[in-house]
Amino acid sequence: MNTSLLLQLLINGVIVGALYGVVAMSFVLIYKASQVVNFAQGEFLLIGAWVCWWLLTTWQIPFIWGFLLTLAFMLIFGVALQVIVLRPMIGEPIISVIMVTIGLATFFQALMKWMFGVFAQPFPPIFERSTINLLGLQVQTVYIMSLLISIVIMVGFGWFFKFSRMGLAMRATAFNQQVAQSLGISVRQVFAMSWAISAMVSAVAGIVVGVVNGVSSALSFFGIKVFPAVILGGLDSIVGAVLGGLIVGLLENFAHYIDSQYLHWGNMYQVAPFYVLIIILMIKPYGLFGTKDIERV
Amino acid sequence: MTAMTPSGDFKTTYRADTTIFPTVTSRNFAIVGIVLLLLCPTFMDRYWLSILIQIGYLSIAALGLNILVGFTGQISIGHAAFFGFGAFASAWFSNSFGVPVFFAVPLAGLLTTAVGMIFGLPAARLKGLYLAIATLAAQFIIEDFLARAEWFTGGVAGTMAEPFSIFGFVFNTDTRYFYVVLAYMVVMYVLATNLMRSRDGRALVAVRDHYLSAEMMGINLTKYRTMSFGISSFYAGIGGALYAHYLQFVSVESVTILFSIQFLGMIIIGGLGSIMGSLMGTVFMVMLPEMMTTITQALSGSSIDLALGLQDNIAFLREMAIGLVIILFLIFEPDGLAHRWKQIKAYWKLYPFSH
Repeated sequence: MNTSLLLQLLINGVIVGALYGVVAMSFVLIYKASQVVNFAQGEFLLIGAWVCWWLLTTWQIPFIWGFLLTLAFMLIFGVALQVIVLRPMIGEPIISVIMVTIGLATFFQALMKWMFGVFAQPFPPIFERSTINLLGLQVQTVYIMSLLISIVIMVGFGWFFKFSRMGLAMRATAFNQQVAQSLGISVRQVFAMSWAISAMVSAVAGIVVGVVNGVSSALSFFGIKVFPAVILGGLDSIVGAVLGGLIVGLLENFAHYIDSQYLHWGNMYQVAPFYVLIIILMIKPYGLFGTKDIERV
Repeated sequence: MTAMTPSGDFKTTYRADTTIFPTVTSRNFAIVGIVLLLLCPTFMDRYWLSILIQIGYLSIAALGLNILVGFTGQISIGHAAFFGFGAFASAWFSNSFGVPVFFAVPLAGLLTTAVGMIFGLPAARLKGLYLAIATLAAQFIIEDFLARAEWFTGGVAGTMAEPFSIFGFVFNTDTRYFYVVLAYMVVMYVLATNLMRSRDGRALVAVRDHYLSAEMMGINLTKYRTMSFGISSFYAGIGGALYAHYLQFVSVESVTILFSIQFLGMIIIGGLGSIMGSLMGTVFMVMLPEMMTTITQALSGSSIDLALGLQDNIAFLREMAIGLVIILFLIFEPDGLAHRWKQIKAYWKLYPFSH
């Protein structure tokens, strides 16, 4: 029993899990508002991180401006994507909608590799790298910062859905599109905004991971890790997404611990969440907090 | 042109409506097509033959996916995993047990069917996006298993596969192997067409169109969904086995999620729920990278090439093309090439009075 390693991995799990939670939240946002399962969520992280990296290294602008410009870009990008690609797909069978987002994922992943290469690139140093002592463990400040940003985003989401006009409109649309429309909510606007916000929030997550680990195409794997998280939490539950993300983050680190200490199979870190995913789908497909579909004939 | 169906020619018996070929002409065309294909090795060079062989084994696997996605409406994002499993299984049978390759290929198909059914059983309870996610998980789990199981796949290093042989006659050149693939292709396509004419085939379509109504009409949903997974895995396994004995080397590297997406792209481009569409889509998908290569070679040295580095990034350009083609087809021609082909036929059938 290696307690300090276990503790270290669990802290890792919470930090990574919080990021999964953020990405899962933005995934659920799109699903709730426009009923689209977005397989290109990971590419949002990738694009956001690369754009920010490009602004900072090529144009040498201060981080805060680069960050804001990236957000502005992602806003336009998200809206454009919804209007150009997803809007014609409204009313098509679910297989087609899924396939379009898979096509988008393939396209943008290759595009990013073409434009920025396949190697991981470090962000220019933005914050001083130092470590602090937490429960007798050395934890880097960037990790603490990443956790803080995740929490800020989650609180921001909570505020957005509870108090802002657009957030309320989104919840109304998710509840019932026709009723929302008759109340004067522009459903098209809600769809476009949900993609824009989702793209922006994912980009923030992408930048955070980029600052910590460097930017590379591995970022898009977050988009796939999101599935165990959202299935665990329930596809249409924001709270579930956050919890699911945390659980998946903890789970993969715990699996890594078990593997490195006892089993020595290797690669459990990557695969364990998918085994859990299959099991969840078999016993409780609607997740912890999701609403169960009731079909009427 | 008496053989061509005149307009207003209606079928009068049920049997006449469910023949494999709707008209005598279409049957003759199919036979002429196969004869032409048989003659291909006499005038084609190795490059084109290898492309035809590729189209052959990929189109078998694509047809399997089309039976699952297009006919039964069960989406699968893990088809490449089953394709790869079939490839490894066939190599494993012939390497470890000395099974002649001639028998190893169908055996690999059966083993893949068994694995497909195992994943198909939980999948029978799921549909739509839940199934998509479950098969995505299956892709990663099988990929991980193949990389890990050294006794079965040779691990990360991959494994060698013997060339196809029957009674001492070795099909070790492209020309010879072409006939093996062609034979398998014809058999598998005829089998699929026949399946769709039977009760089971119609049951699959009923499950896709409205599964609740299908269930009320006495169709066992679990049975047909699992069966569809099994059939699709069988096709994938056969395709994979043929791939293994063609290249005579299999590695885990080839069993990626991108490959699965490529299979989905094939059937979307060809046409969901169309047997010949699977073939058309495969031809398109195999030719796409070749076209990209031709275009970049034509542009090589020009200012566009120098500015964008087309030549060095051809692999990414191909991936982009795959993604882009999937998106464009879904937006502008969701019924695929098969539908376009039907429209062209309809136009000429009634020419010049097309309305």
